Amino acid sequence: MAEAVSTGNPAVQQTAKKVKFVITRQDKPEGPSYTEEFEIPYRPGMNVISALMEIQRNPRNSSGKDTAPVCWESNCLEEVCGACSMVINGKPRQACSSLVDKLEQPITVAPMKTFPVVRDLVIDRSRMFSALKKVKAWIPIDGTYDLGPGPRMAETKRQWAYELSKCMTCGVCLEACPNVNEKTDFIGPAPLSQVRLFNAHPTGEMNKEERLDAIMGEGGIEACGNSQNCVRSCPKGIPLTTSIADLNKETNKRMFKRWLSV
Amino acid sequence: MKGFYARRLHSLLGIIPLGLFFIEHMITNFSAYEGGKESFDQGVAFLNGLPLVLFLEIVFIFLPLLYHGIYGLYIAYQAKPNNNHFGNERNWRYTLQRVTGVLTFIYVAWHVYDTRFQVALGNVTHEQLGGIMHNIMTNPVTFVLYAIGVVSACFHFSNGLWSFLVTWGITVGPRAQRVSSYICMTIFVVVAVMFILSMVAFRNVEFQDPTVAFESIRALVA
Ligand code: HEM
Ligand code: SF4
Ligand code: FES
Repeated sequence: MAEAVSTGNPAVQQTAKKVKFVITRQDKPEGPSYTEEFEIPYRPGMNVISALMEIQRNPRNSSGKDTAPVCWESNCLEEVCGACSMVINGKPRQACSSLVDKLEQPITVAPMKTFPVVRDLVIDRSRMFSALKKVKAWIPIDGTYDLGPGPRMAETKRQWAYELSKCMTCGVCLEACPNVNEKTDFIGPAPLSQVRLFNAHPTGEMNKEERLDAIMGEGGIEACGNSQNCVRSCPKGIPLTTSIADLNKETNKRMFKRWLSV
Repeated sequence: MKGFYARRLHSLLGIIPLGLFFIEHMITNFSAYEGGKESFDQGVAFLNGLPLVLFLEIVFIFLPLLYHGIYGLYIAYQAKPNNNHFGNERNWRYTLQRVTGVLTFIYVAWHVYDTRFQVALGNVTHEQLGGIMHNIMTNPVTFVLYAIGVVSACFHFSNGLWSFLVTWGITVGPRAQRVSSYICMTIFVVVAVMFILSMVAFRNVEFQDPTVAFESIRALVA
């Protein structure tokens, strides 16, 4: 990288290692997108978020021109909140756990365009939260009196259900899915897997059919085309395709039951 | 709710009856390779001797094909392939399933036009179809085009069988799906080889039929 920017003293340039970023930017929700290049001083152990912070401190692009600092979202910085998802070197992932040392340069960073872009790398993931509402991804236990303890969950079941509960609604699986796009209303893998999670819970199971009916509705489970990119991209290693195949079985059973019981 | 049933019906029709017919078709054609003209003609005669054959053809082949094919084109249109960023094998088969679906659609339309449609128009008889095939297979251009169509259909069927097993909740876990991938891809190879061998068998002079030369040229030109 040093050679590419050797404008000043060559001795100084050689010691100052730089990292090159190509960032896809967008100034406003409906605005056009464009790319801007940045060269950031290298620090050991840096990740994509710390690079973005450096741009925020010193918002100057690689041709030396002042520019508006790049906007992004992040919270936990330890890959559990899902807020910092973006497309890095072509793959959707969390910026906070993307170590610069492990990325090929120049590092390309772009927003996950499956979602509406708010500004630069900030996207609006509301559709995922509406999908969770649609599939009733909760356990209704509120009442006017104490309902007492619920049934116990078998330990063997708890173990695999726990894996499904790790979902952080980050949206990576929707970005990776070729069937989640503007031509379909597919809700995507994450909310489907949540149906399996809540249906596995001994209390949640009592409302199992409501959730199955929800994913048998518009944009539901039938829109899966088995590319299986979701399971390969999920940062939490959630067995999304196993959840989907299992729910295929459950929704089919539900379909026949509904036909035969009226 | 409708989308779910429509899509399940699409999936079911892909195997029952279309997949079953596809296998039956392969066996009849393969008899041209194994037993030559005589045994192929027997197969054709047997099928046409089935009671209510026209009814069977419409209800178990034509209508399911139309439904699965047209809905399939719509499913293919809705896809936004991303194999450049996700190069795994499963994602390639996702895209190929759609590409081969479209190719199969074009191929089946052409093939039915050449054969069953000409019989329906009264231009040729069932007995002359072997002769028509001979003319198509001895022309190198139509042979290659047919081979592309046939191999596409074989892949579409075999990989469709794999996804059918997922759609119906039969193969659920990753191991089951991996084993079924091996089985279905083996089926692809076997089915494709059998169809290609039948195509080669039709090149044999015994299938030559001077009475169809005129019709098949007309069919091609039209
Ligand atoms: C006529 C043109 C055809 C088109 C355009 C077409 C299109 C498609 C498409 C796009 C899919 C993917 C659906 C999905 O992954 O969810 C599909 C699946 C399938 N197709 Fe076709 N197809 C055609 C003909 C056929 C034929 C002739 C057969 C039988 C030999 C067949 C058997 C299947 C099967 C078994 C599936 C899997 C269903 C599932 O995923 O559950 N298709 N087809
Ligand atoms: S399932 Fe995985 S990839 Fe999808 S939203 Fe949840 S954590 Fe992200
Ligand atoms: S900041 Fe929470 S996952 Fe990256």
